[in-house]
Parts: sequence; C-alpha cells; structure tokens
Amino acid sequence: MPRTFDVPHPYSGRLIIVEGIDGSGKSTQLQLLQKWLVSLGHQVFFTEWNSSALVNSTIKRGKKKDLLTPTTFSVLHATDFADRLTHLIIPPLKAGMIVLADRYIYTAFSRDVVRGVHRDWVRDMYGFAVKPDIAFYFRVPIDVALRRILNGRKAIKYHEAGMDMGLSDDPNDGFREFQGRILTEYDRIASEYGLTVLDASQPIEQQQSQMREWVRERLVGYRPRPYLPPAVELR
Amino acid sequence: MIQAPNKFFGTGLPYVDITDLKGRLLVLEGTDGVGRSTQIADLKAWLELKGYGVVTTGWTRSPLMVRAIDEAKAGHTLNLHTLSLLYAADFADRLEHEIIPALRAGFIVLADRYIYTAFARFHLRGADPTWIRRVFGFALEPNLVMYMKLGIEELVPRVINPENLSRRYWIDRSGEGMDYWESGMDLRLGQDFYDSFVEYQKRMLEQFDLMATEYNFRVVDASGDFRDTNRALKESILTVLEHE
Repeated sequence: MPRTFDVPHPYSGRLIIVEGIDGSGKSTQLQLLQKWLVSLGHQVFFTEWNSSALVNSTIKRGKKKDLLTPTTFSVLHATDFADRLTHLIIPPLKAGMIVLADRYIYTAFSRDVVRGVHRDWVRDMYGFAVKPDIAFYFRVPIDVALRRILNGRKAIKYHEAGMDMGLSDDPNDGFREFQGRILTEYDRIASEYGLTVLDASQPIEQQQSQMREWVRERLVGYRPRPYLPPAVELR
Repeated sequence: MIQAPNKFFGTGLPYVDITDLKGRLLVLEGTDGVGRSTQIADLKAWLELKGYGVVTTGWTRSPLMVRAIDEAKAGHTLNLHTLSLLYAADFADRLEHEIIPALRAGFIVLADRYIYTAFARFHLRGADPTWIRRVFGFALEPNLVMYMKLGIEELVPRVINPENLSRRYWIDRSGEGMDYWESGMDLRLGQDFYDSFVEYQKRMLEQFDLMATEYNFRVVDASGDFRDTNRALKESILTVLEHE
C-alpha cells in the first residue's frame, strides 16, 4: 500500500506546512509568511489543524467530557484532516495556489504516538495525505515554549499539558513532561521525513527572514496555472 | 479449548492489556436484509437461559459519533477516506467503551456486523483494501464469525416486499420505498433503486464470499426459514462454547 505522503504530489500549486510544539511560535511565523506571499501577488490559502466543520464539535465535546481514548482522539483528527484535504487542500493545489497549513500529519505522528497509539498504524492511517513541498519544524526548548504561552495567558490548557494522561497534577510539570516527549518524537520525524528545522528560540524577525529565504528558493520555477483534468464523457 | 480474544487484528491498541479478557466475542455478518438482528435477539435470550451474561453491539453510532455520522450522511460531501475514518472512530469508541469492558467482565459479546462489513463497503467504493484493513488494525479478532449467506435471488424478496415498501414510504415518510444506502445509490450502479440494489448487493456478496475464505468465517445458510438458520447458528456457537 503506497503512502502518498512519501512521493511528490502532481499538482501545480505548492503546499507549505509548519510544525512544532505549542508555544514554538510556528503560527506567528506562518502568518508573517502569508502576508509576505500575498504582497508578492500570490494566491494564498490558509488552513489550520483540527478545524473542519465535520468533526470539530465532536472532538470538542469528546475533550470536554473526557470521552476520548488515544485511538478515538487519533482517528477523529484523521477524519478532520481527510475532510480538509478533500475540500480545502487539494482543490487549491490543483488550481495552482499556495496552500499554507498550520500543523500537518507530523503533528499526529508525534502527539498521537506519545498518547499511546502505534507508530506504523498512525502513519498508515494518514497514507492518503499529500506530501508537502516545504515542511518547517520550529524546534524550541520546553522552557522557552512554556514561558511564551504563560506570557500571553494565565494558564496552560488541559490538553496542552497532557492532563488527561495523568502525567502530573501540576499543569506546568505536565506540560514539560508531555511536550518533552512530543519533542523527542518530532526530532525522530524531522530526520525520518527531512523536515526543514528552524531554531525557534531566535528572534521572530530572524526566523522569518530564514523562512522567506527557504521559500524563495523552493518557489523558483513555480508557475501558478490550474490543472485541467481530462474531459469526462457525459452519460 | 477456545481462548478469550487475545489477539488484535493488526497493530492493536498498544496501551490496552488484553491478556485478562475472559468473555467471548461472537460476530454475525451478512448483507442487508438477511435477518441478523432478529437472530441476535433470539441468540441472546438463548444464551442467557444457559446462564451466560450477554451484551449485544451493533455497527455505527456510538453516543460520541452519532451526530457527526448522521450529518455526514445527510450532506453530499462523502469523501471515501473521511467516511471510512468516521466509521473507524465510531467503532474504536464502541470497542474501548463497550466491547473490551464487557469481555473483561466475562460477558459474551454478540456483534451485529463487525469490521468485515466496513472492508466490503469501502472496498466497493474504491478504498485501498490494505489501507482500510490497517486502519481497523486496532480491532480485536473475534472468537467466531458467522456469515449468514443468502443468494441475490433470495435476498430481493426479503428486502423488497409490500410491508417494507409501505413502511418506508408512508410510515417513516422517507420519501423512498427502498433504502438509499442499502441500494448503493451513492454509487448509482443502475438506472433506478431496484437495479442499483441488485448490483450493489451482488458485489457485497462477492466481497463476503472472498472474506469467508480469507478470515475463516463459519458459513451459515440463511435461505431456509428462521428456525433452520437459528439452529445452524446455535450449533456453531456451541462448538465454540463446548470446547471449554
């Protein structure tokens, strides 16, 4: 069974994704990248992990009532992804646009494995995913991430700290333990899939300029033109 | 002696210990309209009379997933992977919250359909058979799969008859005399509901026949009346229970 995320996609658009633990600053960086790409005149479409209309409310309800097991948590996020891939990622890629994704399949490969599912199983389940053209991994020490989050709001969220896994009664300790394990998985994935690693403890503007440098290089030869499927005979 | 389910179908649930399961997992498979649910109700009563604790479980719609699945089926956005995964999430929820706890407590679990129904349905809709089997790799292997087999010519009058047509059209007010999904209308395999139903169910039967060999189903002839089939099912179950 082929995993399509192992081979380059055939579409004329470009898929750029960011990964990293909570507090790594990846969303900030992606938003800055989006502004830049738009200013260059590109058609850009942005999509976010866990945001489909289909299962979003189910996931929220399941989290709130603590109904989710590691497996249902994982399959529901894959369902969310499949829905967004079908409706929000593949059509703009075929139309020749640039698609920006805040978190992608590597989030599941790291987080769901830490929650307890099988490494091969989760990779097989996402076997239908499209391979990104550029995958950035914002690598950051746990304490820096924790400080950033607490800077913006009062407390760590229940699931960010893996509290449902019972790692610790203290959210900050739970965060360190849970996100630390995710970091270890991310490091493994970064080499397994050749993610582009950025040092996310650097100043924002420095990271952004490196990111833009990478993107500029990879967009050489990019010509936005819509894919035209072969004519279908009407019955 | 037949052991309690102690094997996963594939990669399994790494965080769940199944060495302490004491019950038995018995599965009834077969196409739509073959009479599974009537048989299950009777088998449950029969086993309880023998002193076994019995839990029944169906296919689809755990409390967690009911809303998402109903919404997805009502819309026209049925992507194959999305739909397969919705059912996988639903099954995982029932497996971990109903089936495994019941087996741990020593109950016999009678399952009306199991992962094989999903394999057949999604294969027919174009899913990679290896992919769908791996996704459901967290399932438990049943102790026994009974396949209630019925040829297409016998199946047609069981599903398409005056009672069913009137009930659907007038009482359920579904606007249809035949069921959209049972007729495989999302695949449009014929000019109308009837033609599509026959072609769809033929293909389903083909899939079940192939899996009967692949997974060693106990094939039960469902062409006789209720009692004949019932007797055959009880005999199959006894071979599993009497080995103890």
